[in-house]
Amino acid sequence: MSQKIVVTGLGATSPLGGDVHSTWQALLQGKSGIRTLDYEWVARHELPVTFAGTAKVPASEVLTLQETKRLDPSSQFALIAAREAWADANITDFVPERLAVEFATGIGGVWTLLDAYDTLNAKGPRRVLPMTVPMLMPNGPAAAIGMDIAARGGVRTAVSACASGTEAIANAITRLRSGEIDIVVAGGCEAAIHPLPMAAFASMHALSKRNDEPEKASRPYDINRDGFVMGEGAGALVLETEEHALARGAKIYAELAGGYVTSDAHHITAPDPEGTAAARAVIGALKMANAEPKDVGHINAHATSTPVGDIAEYTALLRVFGDDLKNIPLSATKSSTGHLLGGAGAIEAIFTVLALHEKTAPPTINIFDRDPVIDLDVVTEPRTLGDNVLAISNSFGFGGHNAVIAFRSYN
Amino acid sequence: MALSQDQVLAGLAEIVNEETGIDTDSVKMDKSFTNDLDIDSISMMTIVVNAEEKFGVKIPDEEVANLLTVADAVNFITAAQE
Repeated sequence: MSQKIVVTGLGATSPLGGDVHSTWQALLQGKSGIRTLDYEWVARHELPVTFAGTAKVPASEVLTLQETKRLDPSSQFALIAAREAWADANITDFVPERLAVEFATGIGGVWTLLDAYDTLNAKGPRRVLPMTVPMLMPNGPAAAIGMDIAARGGVRTAVSACASGTEAIANAITRLRSGEIDIVVAGGCEAAIHPLPMAAFASMHALSKRNDEPEKASRPYDINRDGFVMGEGAGALVLETEEHALARGAKIYAELAGGYVTSDAHHITAPDPEGTAAARAVIGALKMANAEPKDVGHINAHATSTPVGDIAEYTALLRVFGDDLKNIPLSATKSSTGHLLGGAGAIEAIFTVLALHEKTAPPTINIFDRDPVIDLDVVTEPRTLGDNVLAISNSFGFGGHNAVIAFRSYN
Repeated sequence: MALSQDQVLAGLAEIVNEETGIDTDSVKMDKSFTNDLDIDSISMMTIVVNAEEKFGVKIPDEEVANLLTVADAVNFITAAQE
């Protein structure tokens, strides 16, 4: 007997806003969270890419001094999002041993690691701060959330590059269906707008170089798309068994109906152009949701705005949905947020949940000349959705990771 | 040239403020780091390494446990300068 899992709390901090409401409103208004970076290190390193989606509200404006000193920026974003989600869920009574955390990151504490190495080189080992290790470890964000909410049912971290956030949410399903856990705080975060990842992603030609038009750089499905745009922030969802949520009279946003993970075993960075494994991830998530491709009424695409990636995802979706694909309203929200790497799947899950709850598919911006080989119903203005919709959100990551989650309207 | 006790106190108060946000005026000679200022061992280690750099002194790990009050630290640093 597999019982239903529902979404009862949402939290986010993103390039569009410091919380879920402001992020969602900016998304609906077709705004871009991408801007020219004004950090001194951009010029000092002569970085080929000079823009990104920095967090709209700096973490230091939200957290205490102690928190900003003892947490890597990735954990800071995670804590902000998780606290909002937890407060939103309004859980006043819970069993800590039945509360778990599944919180992802793509890269981990890269600021802490590289700052500490600079300190070591410049000033020697004595000056390396004692909190360096717990700050840089990739499970740091999940651990910080677990301590904050007193989760004693297990705190875990999915690490699968840009699929991490979605994988963490998929992992939560197993825990909640085990019967041992009532609540999971799930999601993902990233804080990698640092010169080294910026230089490294640029070096592999993954980033858009549209320095003169940062707001128009993230343009999935546009014929002139030239790479993804780095973003930062976090998204968090409170997931509960339906039984637990109903017993406490919780507000329910949507049902988390399925989640599935596959791997390409094809190439370390390039997606399999056949999209076979990515398609299997979609089908797996639908199967878990007791649904078929024809039931899907909305898609939040991975769509990072890379020339190859957008096509590969399209091919995988065609494999699953065939001719019906061009009739499914699809949103590519990275056009507004940029790519939050390990946080991407989490904020896109929130967008998918809100699309169902608010019955509105969010717009995709920056499509000026549609790529003629991609025949999709891309939503470019907020579009009304029905009362009873099944939606999927896709994430794919370097390493050949494919993760797909499915949500269903909850009435 | 060696700093006076007052100068060391002022410098230490700045370090404590930067690490913990505690007001510099609260960092007085008779205050205990743990009991009065609520500074934990991790912040204390950070304060120690920052003080070593600022005052150009060495504060051995085994000595840190003896620095219970602000006065203990100020006196140690003042003496270590010479």
